[in-house]
Amino acid sequence: MPTVSVRRDLLFRALGRSYTDEEFDELCFEFGLELDDVTSEKDIISKEKGEGKAEGASDIVLYKIDVPANRYDLLCLEGLVRGLQVFKERINLPRYEKIIPAKGEGQRLIITEETAKVRPHAVAAVLRNITFTKERYDSFIDLQEKLHQNICRRRALVAIGTHDLDTIAGPFTFTAKAPSEIKFKPLNQSQEYTASQMMDLYRTDSHLRHYLHLIENKPLYPVIYDSNGVVLSMPPIINGDHSKISLNTRNVFVECTGTDMTKAKIVLDTIVTMFSEYCEKPFTVEAVEVILPNGKTHIYPELAYRKEKVKPELINKKIGISETPSSLAKLLTRMCLKSHVIGNGNNIEIEIPPTRADIIHACDIVEDAAIAYGYNNIQMTIPKTYTIANQLPLNKLTELLRLDLAAAGFTEALTFALCSQEDIADKLGTDISTTKAVHIANPKTAEFQVARTTLLPGLLKTIAANRKMPLPLKLFEISDIVVKDPSKDVGARNYRHLCAIYYNKSPGFEIIHGLLDRVMQLLEVPPSEENGYVIKATEGSAFFPGRCAEIFAKGQSVGKLGVLHPDVITKFELTMPCSALEINIEPFL
Amino acid sequence: MSPSVAELLLQRLEREPPGPGGGLCSLEAAAALGLDHQTLVGAVKSLQALGEVIEAEARAATRWELSAEGAEVLRDGSPEVRLFRSLPADGLPQSDAMKLPGAQVGFSKAMANKWLRLDKAAPGGPRVFRAVEVVQDAVQESLRRVQQGDAAGLPERERNDLKRRKLLLEVTLKSYWIRKGSAFSTAVTRQETDLTPEMIATGSWRQLPFKPYNFSALGLPPACGHLHPLLKVRSQLRQIFLEMGFTEMPTDNFVESSFWNFDALFQPQQHPARDQHDTFFLQDPAEAPELPASYMAKVKKVHSQGGYGSQGYKYEWKVEEARKNLLRTHTTSASARALYHLACQDKFTPVKYFSIDRVFRNESLDATHLAEFHQVEGVVADRGLTLGHLMGTLRQFFTKLGITKLRFKPAYNPYTEPSMEVFSYHEGLKKWVEVGNSGVFRPEMLLPMGLPENVSVIAWGLSLERPTMIKYGINNIRELVGHRVNLQMVYDSPLCRLDV
Repeated sequence: MPTVSVRRDLLFRALGRSYTDEEFDELCFEFGLELDDVTSEKDIISKEKGEGKAEGASDIVLYKIDVPANRYDLLCLEGLVRGLQVFKERINLPRYEKIIPAKGEGQRLIITEETAKVRPHAVAAVLRNITFTKERYDSFIDLQEKLHQNICRRRALVAIGTHDLDTIAGPFTFTAKAPSEIKFKPLNQSQEYTASQMMDLYRTDSHLRHYLHLIENKPLYPVIYDSNGVVLSMPPIINGDHSKISLNTRNVFVECTGTDMTKAKIVLDTIVTMFSEYCEKPFTVEAVEVILPNGKTHIYPELAYRKEKVKPELINKKIGISETPSSLAKLLTRMCLKSHVIGNGNNIEIEIPPTRADIIHACDIVEDAAIAYGYNNIQMTIPKTYTIANQLPLNKLTELLRLDLAAAGFTEALTFALCSQEDIADKLGTDISTTKAVHIANPKTAEFQVARTTLLPGLLKTIAANRKMPLPLKLFEISDIVVKDPSKDVGARNYRHLCAIYYNKSPGFEIIHGLLDRVMQLLEVPPSEENGYVIKATEGSAFFPGRCAEIFAKGQSVGKLGVLHPDVITKFELTMPCSALEINIEPFL
Repeated sequence: MSPSVAELLLQRLEREPPGPGGGLCSLEAAAALGLDHQTLVGAVKSLQALGEVIEAEARAATRWELSAEGAEVLRDGSPEVRLFRSLPADGLPQSDAMKLPGAQVGFSKAMANKWLRLDKAAPGGPRVFRAVEVVQDAVQESLRRVQQGDAAGLPERERNDLKRRKLLLEVTLKSYWIRKGSAFSTAVTRQETDLTPEMIATGSWRQLPFKPYNFSALGLPPACGHLHPLLKVRSQLRQIFLEMGFTEMPTDNFVESSFWNFDALFQPQQHPARDQHDTFFLQDPAEAPELPASYMAKVKKVHSQGGYGSQGYKYEWKVEEARKNLLRTHTTSASARALYHLACQDKFTPVKYFSIDRVFRNESLDATHLAEFHQVEGVVADRGLTLGHLMGTLRQFFTKLGITKLRFKPAYNPYTEPSMEVFSYHEGLKKWVEVGNSGVFRPEMLLPMGLPENVSVIAWGLSLERPTMIKYGINNIRELVGHRVNLQMVYDSPLCRLDV
């Protein structure tokens, strides 16, 4: 969930009133936001780096507000205020207008075919006669960063560039070139670099180094030039210094390039709808003509308004309320979805503005009606759905066995399903290739290399962590292990295992053997070679030679028991003899 | 047989009147009976164990005693006096004077008292002379007074001075004031510790006195096994779902395809949850060999182009992404499978489902986050379910968990719309805390499965660890889950009664 940080006083000034922290928290809750923290730059720095470093930092109060991940229109102060003011019916939702300049006077962006392999899409727009202040400018930069981190997926899907239009001259060209052929002075640098040099320059940059991988290994890098060969930007890495915007910038050229066209359009719409508020003619945006490699042209921003019709009874039925159509239309209008009743009250027509890209289905409209109605005003009812409950047989058996294993004096452990290769192989005296283990591709540490194929290592590690406890230690666990199985749709499956260990000054094989007898008694499997259970001498790498037996029941091998090998005991950092039992309980279902 | 010390003490005590006025000091009694004090104290303790025969009140007194050195001073005089007396009238060279009795300790004291004079300029080196004619041995006098029992008569400064010189010792004496008890008797009989089979057989228990039990001591802990607290909470939650008529879903597959974990839930392929940072992807088996082809085609369409009244996400949906195997990040993948199974039935029947099982996240670990945890999930599918039904069901469920004060916050989940986070008022923290997440599954998830259009599916989820940590007062999740568990905590954990 993205967090937006806004200055409290600016927020209250824009909202036209002030709130106590509690009141504002309440408003956020109702609207689906969360006032996550009330803080200041000073607080933040002193928390992160210590009080000494915070000296001189601003102590202006900041509100950190959590915004739902699909609400790009609430990622800046401007959008938050607009959303809340419409919600509280203090303003009407503005209508965003696209101004198409007279023929030959507008800006044009030409996309060349070289971009296809690296970053094929680009859209653009112009914010004309805008007035920045320090606060507006900061918010403009912040919004771009928030969009980059969220919908733009760390610039992989979309990258935004904003430029002082008065420093450059169209038409602009979006092309791709070999890194050695691209050379310009990047933002806030004092000299020119080639694209290859920039990669080295930014390798250690705490911010930009995260984006280098997006183009680094491509033969051609995307780049935007103006008609005089001035570089506007090399997306998704860096803008040129030449066209950088400042507080004095009056005309802003906004370009969004990317690999996802839908998202590039949403990002452009979001930026221009949010900041056209500060244009001479508020909420108007000058269109840019984008010419594709195939010669086709498109006009951006889209700023599309879409109309949906939803039946009032559907909304009422989905929420569990009974509001009149006109009252529902009013509720929706408060959510920036301008609505009115049509067809003698049979239908509500809803206009989805370009800021609400999250509305893709009637269910999204229903949710907004419910939010405006107030979730906590909805009457709670109990569904009449009549059903008979059933337990999953495997879990039922597990629950019953757990109780009787505890009654037999063993204590239940709960160990991780993920572990290291070493835990299930080397430490048990076997090779990982023999285990059929499922391997994880991206473990952060060795603790998450594989899914366990046996419960034994987890129990041994539990004992190792509890060596100070009085002996004997008697532990059990009934849980799932995972192995590859090509016959399954995902190529792997779980098995429910029962494992128990006895750790004391003597191995206590008879105690573990007695527990097996007890488990079989509980499962109504008699000791018998024919249709009961039997144990037969075998060898196992984890067991002491001559002290290991295989357990056969229901005509199949279900597991092993025995005295653990001293090497296994040592490798798990234990010092006492230990006997163990592990069986698959699924044959007993 | 000669009478025991206890009997002697009782006989001596019998002469004392009962009540607060009468009684004996153990020190005096020991002296009177010619016994060592410790022996008498032993008898007092054994009589106390019998119950109300005697009452004994512990007392402590301090007393001044002469040390061994003090006794020597009492006998021979203080070192300074002995030195003074040994010194001839015409004095001695200092080196010889220092060999006189008492000189080592007494020289400086005698000098300080100005009893002696040191002539440094004398011929043949420094020479010591008497400076006065006679001296009084005040130290010896003081020690005599202490010896005679008049330590209290000495000024405190003087006592402390003598203590500092290690001539006097301050000793604490522990004694008892002994009185008759309510069951006083001079005849002491041995009491039986416990009932024996013989006593029952012979009936001798009727005549025998029994030693009283000490009921303030703890009993012997039983040798027993224990259930794990988290799994005790799991059992209770299963019970709650079963009481509410919910059927358990199969969840015994930790490995899941991206298709069931994300795509089937209408979670787009660029969604951040599908990042390497958040999800454990598999190297082997890296891909799911089998996906449901015709259903998958519908899922692909609703993602990339929309349909069922949806705009879709309008992106190029790739089957390679859907095939990628992972460790499931939520049990909602199992709910999706169960609902797809339901949709494949000939005729729709309303269902209530639940599951509680492990899920996996490739997260940074801390005191409240592990790479694996248990998710609790409830699902109801029926015609005409409303948001009010979801809230009503949640209220029932959480009431059974002992959580009654609820409120609901709008939220965003990729696969539910409307979505609501469930908050409960925490009396301890004095604030609202999130206890679960819920919503109505999106039509883009349900309709491609083939569920009828008028069927709504409401669902909610929460973690098992959080209510368990609150219930059992555990702050660090690593003490609860995994091999670093504190077994003593497991041994000591009480019953899991969530609603009391």
